[in-house]
Amino acid sequence: MYPSRFAYEAPTSLAEAIAILDRSGGEAKILAGGQSLVPMLKLRFAAPGTLVDINNIPGLGEHWLDKDGTLHIGALVRHEDLEYSTVIADSHPTLAAAAELVADPIVRTRGTFVGSVCHADPQGDWAATMVASGGQIIAQGPNGRRAIDVREFVLGPFTNALAYNEIAVEAVIPPATGTAKGGYLKLERRVGDFATASVAVNLDMHGDTVHRAGCALAGVGGRTIDANDAINGALKGKTLTPENIEAAADAVAAMAEPRSDHRGSADYKRHIVKTFVSRILSNIAHSEQKAA
Amino acid sequence: MTSLYNEVAADPGADTPTRRVSITVNGEQRTVDIEPRLLLAHLLRQGLGLTGTHTGCDTTNCGACTVLFDGRPIKSCTMLAVQADGHDVETVEGMATASELHPVQEGFKECHGLQCGFCTPGMMLASKALLERNPNPTEDDVRWALSGNLCRCTGYQNIVKSVLWAAEKMRAENGEEA
Amino acid sequence: MSVDEIKIGGMGASRRRVEDNRFIRGKGKYVDDVVLPGMLHMEILRADVAHARIKSIDTSAAWEVPGVRLVLTGEMMAARNLAWMPTLSYDTQAVLATDKVRFQGQEVAAVIADDPYIAKDACAKIVVEYEALPVIVNPDQAQSPDAPLIRDDKENQPTNKIFDWEIGDKSGTDKAFEEADVISTIDLHYPRSHPSPLEPCGSIADYDRSTGKLTVYMTTQAPHIIRAAVAMVAELPEHQIRIISPDLGGGFGNKVPVYPGYVISILASILTERPVKWIEDKTGNLISTGFGRDVYLQGQMALRKDGKILGMRMHTISDHGAFYADAQPTKFKIGLMHSTFACYDVPAAHLTSTGYYTNKAPGGVAYRCSFRVTEAMFFQERMMHAAANDLGMDQAEFRRVNLVKDDMFPYRTAFGFLTDSGQYDKCMQVGMEAIGYDTFKEEQEEARKRGRLLGLGISTMTEPLGAGNSREYDILGIKMFDSAELRVHMTGKAILRTGAKTQGQGHETTWAQIVAHELGIPADDIVVEEGDTDTAPFGMGTYASRSTPVAGAAVAMAARKVRAKARKIAAHLLEVSEEDIEWELGRFYVRGNHDRGVTIQDCALAAYSNMPDGMEPGLENVSYYDPPNLTWPFAAYFCKVEVDPATGVWDVLKFVAVDDCGVRINPMIVEGQVMGGLTEAYAMANMQYITFDESGNCIGSNYMDYLLPTAWETPGFELHEVVTPCPHHPIGAKGIGECATVAGPAAFVNAVMNAIEHTGVRNVDMPLQPNRVFEALQTGQDVSGMPPVKVE
Repeated sequence: MYPSRFAYEAPTSLAEAIAILDRSGGEAKILAGGQSLVPMLKLRFAAPGTLVDINNIPGLGEHWLDKDGTLHIGALVRHEDLEYSTVIADSHPTLAAAAELVADPIVRTRGTFVGSVCHADPQGDWAATMVASGGQIIAQGPNGRRAIDVREFVLGPFTNALAYNEIAVEAVIPPATGTAKGGYLKLERRVGDFATASVAVNLDMHGDTVHRAGCALAGVGGRTIDANDAINGALKGKTLTPENIEAAADAVAAMAEPRSDHRGSADYKRHIVKTFVSRILSNIAHSEQKAA
Repeated sequence: MTSLYNEVAADPGADTPTRRVSITVNGEQRTVDIEPRLLLAHLLRQGLGLTGTHTGCDTTNCGACTVLFDGRPIKSCTMLAVQADGHDVETVEGMATASELHPVQEGFKECHGLQCGFCTPGMMLASKALLERNPNPTEDDVRWALSGNLCRCTGYQNIVKSVLWAAEKMRAENGEEA
Repeated sequence: MSVDEIKIGGMGASRRRVEDNRFIRGKGKYVDDVVLPGMLHMEILRADVAHARIKSIDTSAAWEVPGVRLVLTGEMMAARNLAWMPTLSYDTQAVLATDKVRFQGQEVAAVIADDPYIAKDACAKIVVEYEALPVIVNPDQAQSPDAPLIRDDKENQPTNKIFDWEIGDKSGTDKAFEEADVISTIDLHYPRSHPSPLEPCGSIADYDRSTGKLTVYMTTQAPHIIRAAVAMVAELPEHQIRIISPDLGGGFGNKVPVYPGYVISILASILTERPVKWIEDKTGNLISTGFGRDVYLQGQMALRKDGKILGMRMHTISDHGAFYADAQPTKFKIGLMHSTFACYDVPAAHLTSTGYYTNKAPGGVAYRCSFRVTEAMFFQERMMHAAANDLGMDQAEFRRVNLVKDDMFPYRTAFGFLTDSGQYDKCMQVGMEAIGYDTFKEEQEEARKRGRLLGLGISTMTEPLGAGNSREYDILGIKMFDSAELRVHMTGKAILRTGAKTQGQGHETTWAQIVAHELGIPADDIVVEEGDTDTAPFGMGTYASRSTPVAGAAVAMAARKVRAKARKIAAHLLEVSEEDIEWELGRFYVRGNHDRGVTIQDCALAAYSNMPDGMEPGLENVSYYDPPNLTWPFAAYFCKVEVDPATGVWDVLKFVAVDDCGVRINPMIVEGQVMGGLTEAYAMANMQYITFDESGNCIGSNYMDYLLPTAWETPGFELHEVVTPCPHHPIGAKGIGECATVAGPAAFVNAVMNAIEHTGVRNVDMPLQPNRVFEALQTGQDVSGMPPVKVE
């Protein structure tokens, strides 16, 4: 498998990169981790005129919590940086749970969080955690920066809201106002398989009451499914009783838009969504009880 | 690199833009002119003659092409060679010194951790990276760390054994030094 | 004073592998590692549709790409009488399509260029105009009266049926069913799978017009068969063809057939007079090269109330794809399917088989299998499982009642095979103890009360390994024997060459161990070479677990011939008559005077420097070995699983494998073969399969869709051994390479079924994906084989 020809640019500053994109008039593509893009080049599903490699731009490889507890993830933060992160386990447990389930361990050394969200794969793990967590993408273009809510950023399968001359330079994920709880479960037939179904759940707990609940699904629709309203409607202001968990799981499962294929029937996938929502919430309830 | 004789293509070939890159491969700086679309795995194999790096699939699944890139394992079929400019690449050919095998290499032989040998270079480099991060892994740690590398022959059990064998040897060696 | 056999790396030593020395340094030499001066690169354009008439192929734009040297189409092949080639089953297969394409992925054109990137660029510029035809993706569709005729290229092929075949005793079997107390039935699909070695197929053809010599580096498990095939297809003289099979990155049966890419690269080299390298990509490998299985298995068993099997009926319907390209002996149309039930005492049996063409890739290769034995044994053990349940009898007890007893050997099976040795019940006992069989039912009951689903599955079998004998077994008429040539140098070191071809089995290590065992020469003093038809003696190659049974036997026989000559030299050196010479490992001595002796190395030196008058100099010999029978290893596998009732996901809690492969040359390597085989069995039971949608699009065309398990999913295996030497093999060994792949799948499936059959379900066809297990649990209904996938 051999990519077709393209021009290659390796700018060393964001300004330079944006200028190249601007000049390209839309035929350029940004190369970050390359773990989705390079396979697409090899299979010739993608044939951009120019690749703009942003790996030589300093300052994009960090992730940190600011003083409000907001998590910032630079455009070159690799999956494994989050897998081994010492800062996100307590503050952003949904992301922490997903980190080790992204692709496989070798891909995780190279692929990037932001790149994965930009790729907008309906099976993408990170986009689901972002939607469940109320994250934003910071885009930078010739006219400066703008913040885009991830739900307006991921537009459809493999389509995002970036203008051709913009770069997603950072992801921003807000903190919980109380205690952050969350989980991520994925049904895959083996490591690195596309998800049969994945569920991201993110809770902002005030004591044993749910202050805000977030949820998103991957693999069960033509795009990342936003189930925030469904879960929040079921859980906001409530405790994690078995009845409330069941109601939340039902509400979320109703949001799934799965298709039948060789991984399973639509009904099966919806059932998995329900089961996983229950499991994540029950685990949280159980750990709360243990802590108490 | 100098040469007394270097054939120039009759048709310099449409417009194939090449780029000069310098990569440290197994400790040695290599400077080459390459097309941007050349994959790192192909540069290593065809350009530099380091055929120990294998290509087993096209979809970034099998890991036979795993090399260490600035010390971390990557799939070299999923990186452009131009991206390695200024970086450090270690292939299987760089694991052993002239006189001594790396303990991971010894472990694979000692514990029958390979059969056809095709996945072995990638497996060994992924294992080396694991042991550098975690010198005392459990069986599950090893299975997890190697889950981006496929093997069709061994059933993995002896690969796991090989890595644990190497870990023990490396700990013993480090203990002696300390 | 004899040498210590284990110390010299002889039989029974877990000798570390000599081939590892290069592999762990990245110094293996696989086909793609070979670089020849002036070499060009070839890429193949494949059909993206499954069944269509070719209206036109326009290659003009491809020729325009700088660096392109040659563009080949079917028409150009036809002009040289190379558009079609014979398969291993006396059918024909298109090399490059001329009239129409018959499966997705079929070879349509090829580009030869300065580098593979350019070749790929040019392939993308070839324009093929197709006229779509209706597509057939299973035997049901193939036999429908209004089905389109796939093989309209053939004469006397009015339908899509390839063969009807039968074997066994129909009337005797009918009678058994009349007398039965209970009749049990089962209906299975063994899904299409692909051997998928990590290294795909490839070749480098190098034709030298000045000498007329064609050298081809090729990923082949059977270089001599390829040489013969090339001689016939390309009409080149056989002595001018040299096939070199270097290191192989796995084979598993995938690298037995002749593939179009090999033939095209050869013609390309002849036309360009330059070496031409073709390395298939993974998708090309998965969608066009030999698959395994894809067969529907229907069975009925006649039983007596006390558990005795009275008779067996079996019918198979097999899907061979667009070309009947099974790799199997001529007289057996569905391979050795009739080896089914060989380990059980079955008085009467009857097998009927029908094969069909479909618009899918050709193959039917023996994927880690002796010609459909995998399907035969899977059927057998799923049938046994169902029958025990229908009788209300314990699974182990039912098997033990019917297994052939130790004192019944040699035993003639209902289909005519002669099994010759084994301790089946002992293997059962070892396995039952290791898995904790006696307490399991209680454990299962307890777990079920707490909502947990445990299951235990058993699979036992003996299988026929080591084709030939040559009376019954051939490939394209070439008899299935094998060969070894041993040459001892004057310093007592030796070189051994065989007609087999290692792909990871470790022949370079184990063959030397056999010589060490026979001659007492340390294994480290013996180099083993295989795979070069200019130097190796003629052999049939390595597949079907035949190397140890056939080539390994030839090694022992060649060594014995060398020893016989060395004995004469020893008599000469010791100045006694040959009758007074005794042998102990590594040494001849004078009877009655143990101290007076000469080593084998002394004899080797004398063979070149001090031979007796009238004796030919040198110490070497060759053996062509035609085995008197197949070897019959036995396996008893026990698998314990837990099924998650909420998702259908199942995990292996414990797996016990008891293998009796006779005498083990290198126990470490035998265990490696078993663990690797069990992993492929697990893979097929759980995730590894190829299916098609209604348009004939292959689902499973790369490793994102064709799932091979990683270290994470693959369970651990606990191995046990029982040793019953093979009575006819010179060193008592039996085949082992494929046993685990053959017997393994039923153990996993039976275990999962045991966990969920309280719902009333009798069968879930492989792969046991979570969704399929869950569906069975929910409905209590069978989940049948893969129909064409409907994508909404």
